[in-house]
Amino acid sequence: MLIQVENLCHIYVPGSPLARVALHEVSLQVGSGERVGIVGRTGSGKSTLVQHIAGLLTPSEGQVLIDGVAVHERTTAARAARRRVGLAFQYPEDQIFEQTVFREVAFGPRNMGLNKAEIAERVRWALEMVRLDPVMESRSPFTLSGGEMRRVALASILAMRPEVLILDEPTAGLDPRGRRELLARVRAWQVETGATLVLVSHNLDELARVVERVIVLDRGQVVADGPTRQVLSDSALLSAAGLDVPQSVTLLRTLREAGWDVRTDRLLPEEAVEEIVHAYAGHATALGALQTVEAM
Amino acid sequence: MNLLLPGMYMAADSALHRLDPRVKMVAAFVLMVLAFAAHSLASYALLTTFVVIVAILSAAPPIALLRTLRTIFWLGCFMFFFRLFTTPGQPLVAVGQFTITREGLLTGAAQIYRLCLLVIISALLTFTTSPAQLAHGLEVLFKPLAQIGLPVREFAMVLTIALRFAPALLEEIDKISKAQQVRGIDMYSRNPLRQMQSWVPLFVPIFVAAFRRAEDLATAMEARGFRGTQLRTRLHQLHMTRQDLIAALIALAVSLAILGLERSI
Amino acid sequence: MQRFVEIRGLEYSYPLDGGGQVAALRGVDLTIERGEFLAIVGSNGSGKSTLVRHLNGLLLPTAGQVQVDGLLTSDPGNLWAIRQRVGMVFQNPDNQIVASTVEEDIAFGPENAALPPDEIRKRVDEALATVGLTEYRTRPPQMLSGGQRQLLAIAGTLATRPACIIFDEPASMLDPAHRRQVLDTIRRLNAEGLTIVLITQAMEEATAAQRVLVMHKGCIVMDGSPDKVFEHGGQLRSWGLDLPAAVEIAHHLRERDWRLPQGLLTVEQLARALC
Repeated sequence: MLIQVENLCHIYVPGSPLARVALHEVSLQVGSGERVGIVGRTGSGKSTLVQHIAGLLTPSEGQVLIDGVAVHERTTAARAARRRVGLAFQYPEDQIFEQTVFREVAFGPRNMGLNKAEIAERVRWALEMVRLDPVMESRSPFTLSGGEMRRVALASILAMRPEVLILDEPTAGLDPRGRRELLARVRAWQVETGATLVLVSHNLDELARVVERVIVLDRGQVVADGPTRQVLSDSALLSAAGLDVPQSVTLLRTLREAGWDVRTDRLLPEEAVEEIVHAYAGHATALGALQTVEAM
Repeated sequence: MNLLLPGMYMAADSALHRLDPRVKMVAAFVLMVLAFAAHSLASYALLTTFVVIVAILSAAPPIALLRTLRTIFWLGCFMFFFRLFTTPGQPLVAVGQFTITREGLLTGAAQIYRLCLLVIISALLTFTTSPAQLAHGLEVLFKPLAQIGLPVREFAMVLTIALRFAPALLEEIDKISKAQQVRGIDMYSRNPLRQMQSWVPLFVPIFVAAFRRAEDLATAMEARGFRGTQLRTRLHQLHMTRQDLIAALIALAVSLAILGLERSI
Repeated sequence: MQRFVEIRGLEYSYPLDGGGQVAALRGVDLTIERGEFLAIVGSNGSGKSTLVRHLNGLLLPTAGQVQVDGLLTSDPGNLWAIRQRVGMVFQNPDNQIVASTVEEDIAFGPENAALPPDEIRKRVDEALATVGLTEYRTRPPQMLSGGQRQLLAIAGTLATRPACIIFDEPASMLDPAHRRQVLDTIRRLNAEGLTIVLITQAMEEATAAQRVLVMHKGCIVMDGSPDKVFEHGGQLRSWGLDLPAAVEIAHHLRERDWRLPQGLLTVEQLARALC
């Protein structure tokens, strides 16, 4: 399964004084099973881009193809292509409307025309994926906590078994434990289904743990597209795009500038620790040798 | 996302923009009423000339003004054809069962013309007066009614807040509609049953969001010391300037002239 | 000198729809001095938001008492004066903006105080200058970025000349650049003498404060300087929180017998200590 974005341009309110270019000549490809992160400041075009991939917007220029089919059209083939993509907006719990958790999660499968047995199976599986207790099925989603509502919203998308799952800031507004757990659930789902995962996020420290490839958008254009380690350690690029460099990278860079022999592409705190210890061992040996020499 | 709605405020610094909203609202109202009182050609001519001059003074692009007429296109057609075929009088052409009369033609045309004037006058008002100014003007105009117990100030506050949140509400509708489309709702189905099925997943979340917003806002207002509309003062005060008086007098003169013309016929 | 905030034995519970009560705050004692910069952290449901809403009388205690600048919140006659002294900026940049232009929204507070128009004008201009939004004064809120809307909310509280501003996760819905803008403004206001109470889920933000309160299930479980509090990584994790990256790295290094000074909260401080 292949997503092809070709020279995509999107202009909001064209021809009016408020016209705004949201995307300009964006081209990229995403293959089956990839885990991709899309990052950029507010207004960089990330949400617009993923909405195009889900077929929700019509390109001003260029096109988005899923296995060769243009997703935004009103044909049966395009509709089928759109069905393969699941998209959760920021604060997805805002979309909840049903009277029970079961009905809410079943909404998507119902619209897909599945029979009762299949729907029930999908709901059960989806709730398990997000670790929500089956006894919650009959409760009103509006009586749940914010974190639980978010999981219900996520389950309602997973129940449609999308081949591509796009999550826009999935951990926004959650506390540290909530963030850790949600990402763990998403990772586990991706491993089990082998689906393609696209994560839009500000939080580079979090992203580093989940995706293998990062695309950076700035003012509607792609300014970087490469392996996570490579892109997220490029502080100059990230700062220019209005993003916070991961803390570990900043630390290692500062040390490197001070003469330490450390790699600067270690993104996670535990990796940074290893790097520092290693470098110091080498440093200490050299220092020790120097001191021994001086003592002589 | 920004949406430009037709007939909405266009920020500029024209002579009309600088007038007191009260003057503009009252003048617009009176002229709209007169548009329907007018029957003679002379009245129409006077009214049209006045509206054209005001339009020039408003710095509103003529195309934008004319585009507002799109909203009444079907209504206008309906009224025209209705008049055309049902007004008794001197027959001109027969079309099947129906007869087009001269009177029908004239009253039909007059009807459309009045409708157009109505739309253009109100467009001129909303183009040159921001929603906040309109609300403020209404509040001051209707203040005397507060004496007899009508909740004028409360209504004005409600109106201001509604106007302030209209763009946010539109964005919310857009987001929810897209979210439900992703889950398989067909918003643009030609099947009326399907269409209606797409309303609940749209309206429930929007209502829930609206209530949450209202609660958050009420809390914030309380935290900022809001304790009812009675004791409040305002940053902006409405002052009648010389230009306002002149404009009011001119509008008055035109109105009297039209009444006079109608009387004498 | 009297403490700015004195809270004794504060309890707060509210009824649930299906019956029963939720004890959101269980016996909280707290004092806050003028000019302090206090950060409050805790997982969702720990009671942080509930606690701060007692500081301006949005909520009233079910037991215990809350005194702000010598005024008891339980006396309805005091609420007015308390809310002038204690401003609050909420999480959602949109849902606290009342008016359709920047300057009219800032004027909301002074208008509620029935101040004369020229005094309102003066305060609005001052507040605009303090947060740097003067050139945006006639813009509608939807033309402002999320960060600017929060600056607008801050300006709105400044217009009442408060002694203290409470921030309830003010930057959690903003992107990194705007987050920094808001936090820099908060630091600057504290430097100018305002008492600041900042609720945050981002541990890095808490390092800017002089004092950190950790809350868990309606109680204050830790109260001290940031480096004292962040020493207890394991406990913080059990309460659903994590550590700022620099603290975590320093912690791991100390576990390997590295000798590092205490009080390393930011990456810059850690780098300096290592070199």
